[in-house]
Amino acid sequence: MTSEAQPSTPASSTRPLVSLRKVNKHFGDLHVLRDIDLDVARGEVVVVIGPSGSGKSTLCRAINRLETIDDGEITIDGKVLPAEGKELAKLRADVGMVFQSFNLFAHKSILENVTLGPVKVKGMKPGPAKDLAMSLLKRVGVDNQAQKLPAQLSGGQQQRVAIARALAMQPKVMLFDEPTSALDPEMINEVLDAMVALAKEGMTMIVVTHEMGFARRAADRVIFMADGQIMEQATPEEFFTNPRSDRAKDFLGKILSH
Amino acid sequence: MENYLSLFETYDVPAAFWVNIQLSFWAAIFALVIGTVLALFRISPIPSLQWFGAAYVNIFRNTPLTIILAFGFLGLFSVMQISLASDLNASLFRIAILGLALYHAAFVCEAIRSGVNTVPLGQAEAARAIGLSFLPAARLIILPQAFRGAIAPLGNVLIALIKNSTVAAAGSVATESSGLMKTMIEFRSDLVIPIFLTFALGFVILVIPIGLLTTWASRRLAVAR
Repeated sequence: MTSEAQPSTPASSTRPLVSLRKVNKHFGDLHVLRDIDLDVARGEVVVVIGPSGSGKSTLCRAINRLETIDDGEITIDGKVLPAEGKELAKLRADVGMVFQSFNLFAHKSILENVTLGPVKVKGMKPGPAKDLAMSLLKRVGVDNQAQKLPAQLSGGQQQRVAIARALAMQPKVMLFDEPTSALDPEMINEVLDAMVALAKEGMTMIVVTHEMGFARRAADRVIFMADGQIMEQATPEEFFTNPRSDRAKDFLGKILSH
Repeated sequence: MENYLSLFETYDVPAAFWVNIQLSFWAAIFALVIGTVLALFRISPIPSLQWFGAAYVNIFRNTPLTIILAFGFLGLFSVMQISLASDLNASLFRIAILGLALYHAAFVCEAIRSGVNTVPLGQAEAARAIGLSFLPAARLIILPQAFRGAIAPLGNVLIALIKNSTVAAAGSVATESSGLMKTMIEFRSDLVIPIFLTFALGFVILVIPIGLLTTWASRRLAVAR
């Protein structure tokens, strides 16, 4: 673990922002998450990699309870994830999520996609919400598309809007579930650049990805998962140059050989 | 021919159709409201509401409309003395609307549910992920897209409803078209076939524009993905 205790700071800033304890989940007979323990510190960027079916997406989705867990405990900023209801909705508002398939609201304009959360969930006035949305859209470089519908944008643009939509809720942590896997190759970098910029600004991020370049550039820590377990975790430098587990060596051998 | 035209002097055919239009209009509005609520029940995360929605749909969809409307007149009105207006005819008219609405609500519910199936799961997940709970997510994200995907099946329900409004005769709404047709056939048995064709044509004229309109609207309003 990289976290170092800093005695002078108050408990809320040394306490991990996201914490998983002995989390287990099954899909029928398949044990997709096995005794997962994970702490993510405030401002930390954690990249989760691993072969398909290793449980990394499920892990990511469990953190805002889009997947329920069978046992164990997940806390966000000290609060245990509640059951479905108002409390959970409130907590989800603090956790930004970016999906593989963008999932922009198909019947709403780009601008409305970004303002909907602040207005309907946080009760922000439409005027300030619009200003906020436009500044976020500008930040990810799609402010000139604000009046269009999602289907009129390229995949890379849609995913950047999805990032802006999540940021509009001013989340404490952002989850990225394979954000570039559905993109054409030439659009991957525009999304990764937005993510790197976000990481540099100190956003706490948990990123499930196959983009090793992103892990090298932006991650504080790399988590390698296989068969529903965290096999190893290390700094990107250490993980990519000196993986310890055989599974990790095998995985890296397969993806880095070209 | 003169014989045939004289029918229209004796009997007010347009007025009878107007009764069907009014029955259909009000029943359609109530069926849409009730059907939407039922669809919400069926997609809600609460098991007892899901159960109620499913039970309602299965009971009303599988009961003949004639029985529902006859029950409205004989059961609600005659036996239980439930009256929805001070005037007898107005009360029967409203009970018929109620019966038509309750029956077609089951079909509206299923049409909307088929519309919900056109909305990818990711839309609901994204709505939940930004902190919307079930009702706001349904109202703002799921239902608007579901309705646009359900225009064609909803149009089919409306077409069925308009034609089914003739069953209101079973609820003793004697002024509607099939009631008038029965009277006309009784008194002018020499013109049975022209009378049938007149009413058939009347309904075709009423219904065709709805089919055209819903086809056009479902293309026009389809959600681009």
